[in-house]
Amino acid sequence: MEKTLEKLYVDYENNEGNIISLLQDIQNEFGYIPEDAVNWFSVKLDIPASRFFGIVTFYAQFHLAPRGKNIITTCCGTACHVKGSERLLNGLVKELNLQDGESTTSDREFTLEKVNCVGACSIAPVVIINKKIHSKVSADNLMKEIRKLKDKEVEK
Amino acid sequence: MGTGGIAAGGSEVMDSFKKQLRSKGIKADIKKHCSIHRVGCRGLCAKDVLVDIILNNVKTTYQFIKPYMVKRIIEDHILNGNPVEEWAVTEDYHQFLNKQIKVVLSDCGNIDPEDIDSYLNVGGYDALKQVVSTMSPKDTIEIIKKSGLRGRGGAGFPTGLKWEICSKETSSQKYIICNADEGDPGAFMDRSVIEGNPHAVIEGMIIGAYSVGADKGYVYIRAEYPLAVERLKKALNQARQNKFLGKNILGKKFDFDIKIKLGAGAFVCGEETGLIASIEGQRGMPRAKPPFPVYKGLWGKPTVINNVETLANVPYIIRNGAEWYSSFGTEKSKGTKVFALTGKIKNSGLIEVPMGIPLREIIYDIGGGIENNRAFKAVQTGGPSGGCIPADLLDIKVDYESLAQVGSIVGSGGMVVLDENDCMVNIAKFFLQFTQAESCGKCIPCRIGTKRLLEILERITGGKGREGDIELLEDLANDVKATSLCGLGQTAPNPILSTIRYFRDEYEAHITKKKCPAGVCKDLLSYIIIAELCKGCGACKRVCPSGAVSGEKKKVHKIDPDLCVKCGACFEACKFKSIGKG
Repeated sequence: MEKTLEKLYVDYENNEGNIISLLQDIQNEFGYIPEDAVNWFSVKLDIPASRFFGIVTFYAQFHLAPRGKNIITTCCGTACHVKGSERLLNGLVKELNLQDGESTTSDREFTLEKVNCVGACSIAPVVIINKKIHSKVSADNLMKEIRKLKDKEVEK
Repeated sequence: MGTGGIAAGGSEVMDSFKKQLRSKGIKADIKKHCSIHRVGCRGLCAKDVLVDIILNNVKTTYQFIKPYMVKRIIEDHILNGNPVEEWAVTEDYHQFLNKQIKVVLSDCGNIDPEDIDSYLNVGGYDALKQVVSTMSPKDTIEIIKKSGLRGRGGAGFPTGLKWEICSKETSSQKYIICNADEGDPGAFMDRSVIEGNPHAVIEGMIIGAYSVGADKGYVYIRAEYPLAVERLKKALNQARQNKFLGKNILGKKFDFDIKIKLGAGAFVCGEETGLIASIEGQRGMPRAKPPFPVYKGLWGKPTVINNVETLANVPYIIRNGAEWYSSFGTEKSKGTKVFALTGKIKNSGLIEVPMGIPLREIIYDIGGGIENNRAFKAVQTGGPSGGCIPADLLDIKVDYESLAQVGSIVGSGGMVVLDENDCMVNIAKFFLQFTQAESCGKCIPCRIGTKRLLEILERITGGKGREGDIELLEDLANDVKATSLCGLGQTAPNPILSTIRYFRDEYEAHITKKKCPAGVCKDLLSYIIIAELCKGCGACKRVCPSGAVSGEKKKVHKIDPDLCVKCGACFEACKFKSIGKG
């Protein structure tokens, strides 16, 4: 970890010293923002950790906990909303057996996230599974996709 | 191929063309004989994937193309000259385009966004060359002022005036920022413009920088738009190689370069002072204005912030003249505007129309009417800051002033069409959930006000509405509007106020009769099967996620109210209209 952080530190110095860019880089490296990474930079840059956490919790993009291998993002924009995105979301919570407010399954295979709008409103409702955009999604097709991913994991 | 076309399988179709053309011995990559182009979004996303075949200067456009169809198109059309009529676009494709006037989108969908030559061939960067070699910054600003161009991000501030104010500031350092933080749910014109014609935005920015005297620019773009970011990066590199960016642009004493800043997912960063804070690496919290960013912006220096669509207009205005641009539109709203037409509409997609076009023409002529021929209820414009326009106002003109008069806004240009199956209280709640979650929390009216407003709406949709709730909503909404610090809070109550204004009866039905007339609010409805209409096909049973439907084949089915989660899947699956909402 230390080595990676050193490398990020160099990038930070070259990048006008922007904390948001730094945090984006940290997340790209680790998949989330580890508390240790924040503390390391806090000491190194002499910036209070609270400032980092203030930014992390302000922006929806940052995650403080590790995320699953498969990331499923449901678009909850207006067009998707009127085309039934809420039903898809409820179906996913059930299919993935997520408990109250959880976003990642206990085996860390799946993470379910919401996004305000991906700007693909004319093909609503939209669900992004591992960065691939699925358009005009029906609950049926979506569950099939999820089960396919689940089966893949079992095969391994 | 924009995000929509790729999701619909655009890449697969293109690969299929390449492969099959090669196997037929046609050299697809040699431009002299035959070429394949990738283009950006051309608007009619509902009919993706669209393919143009241009043979001996005759263009045929195909719709809904899948890879398996490619073989026949090549054999019949390209090799034998007989277009495949049944796959070609139909009358409604032309109708979709007929009433549109394309300025910003004129090259989107025709040029290859990843190839600067493609843009140069249609006159790209001519405007920049003209500006830096023959015009002073003052002349340039004068043209933009005369064109009547107003900010396309929402507020509609005159662009030329903004540039003029900034140009008069004396400072060793000035900035120009392109706001591509398109956060309004239901709007995607900025994404489509960057994906379809990134160089127009860059050219507009360089002209802006020249006019105001900025030497550094930023594009603040959402990380949720990966394809747009990638194309913008490519375009910036190409522009640098062609000396449109960097030191001594086009051999003149003019330095300017652009950096990309990725947004981190906060709606409030679309507000200009919030955006500035975010670029500076802080929490994206807006501050009080004045001072406006044109006086004190990024790092305290004079800064012009323009929206993507605004900047993309600039090269076309310079090339064709201010009179040409201001010949479109109305007296106070000049030019054209791009709208994202979505929701329950047949031809959903991206459209560009002259300002002042009647709303009815957008919905029925361009949009082709309501999906499944249901009844039109309202169109929501301007996203979370806007309002709803009901059926009896369909004849209003779409421009800044007319929409404001009926309690809505043009905003960034989202238009979500709602039909009889949409509940207006639910729509208001949806937007309040959004604004409440996105409120930065700095000022109290917005932080607590939106929360209280949302609670009242939740109470009403949950069947616990009280007498006087409507008046309470109106009261509180007006207070939040009047006292919030930034645009987010000042406009957040608009969806509530406009739905109360036009659909008060729906609020009343929720509160007094405990009914949701549109059958959306879960707590106020139950699903039943109408025995006389049920054919026992089992479609509802198959889609039910909770196993609440029972019944044998060809016999009347039943829904167990204790197991039913009221998701509505059966309602949509039934072809015989035998599912009723009670």
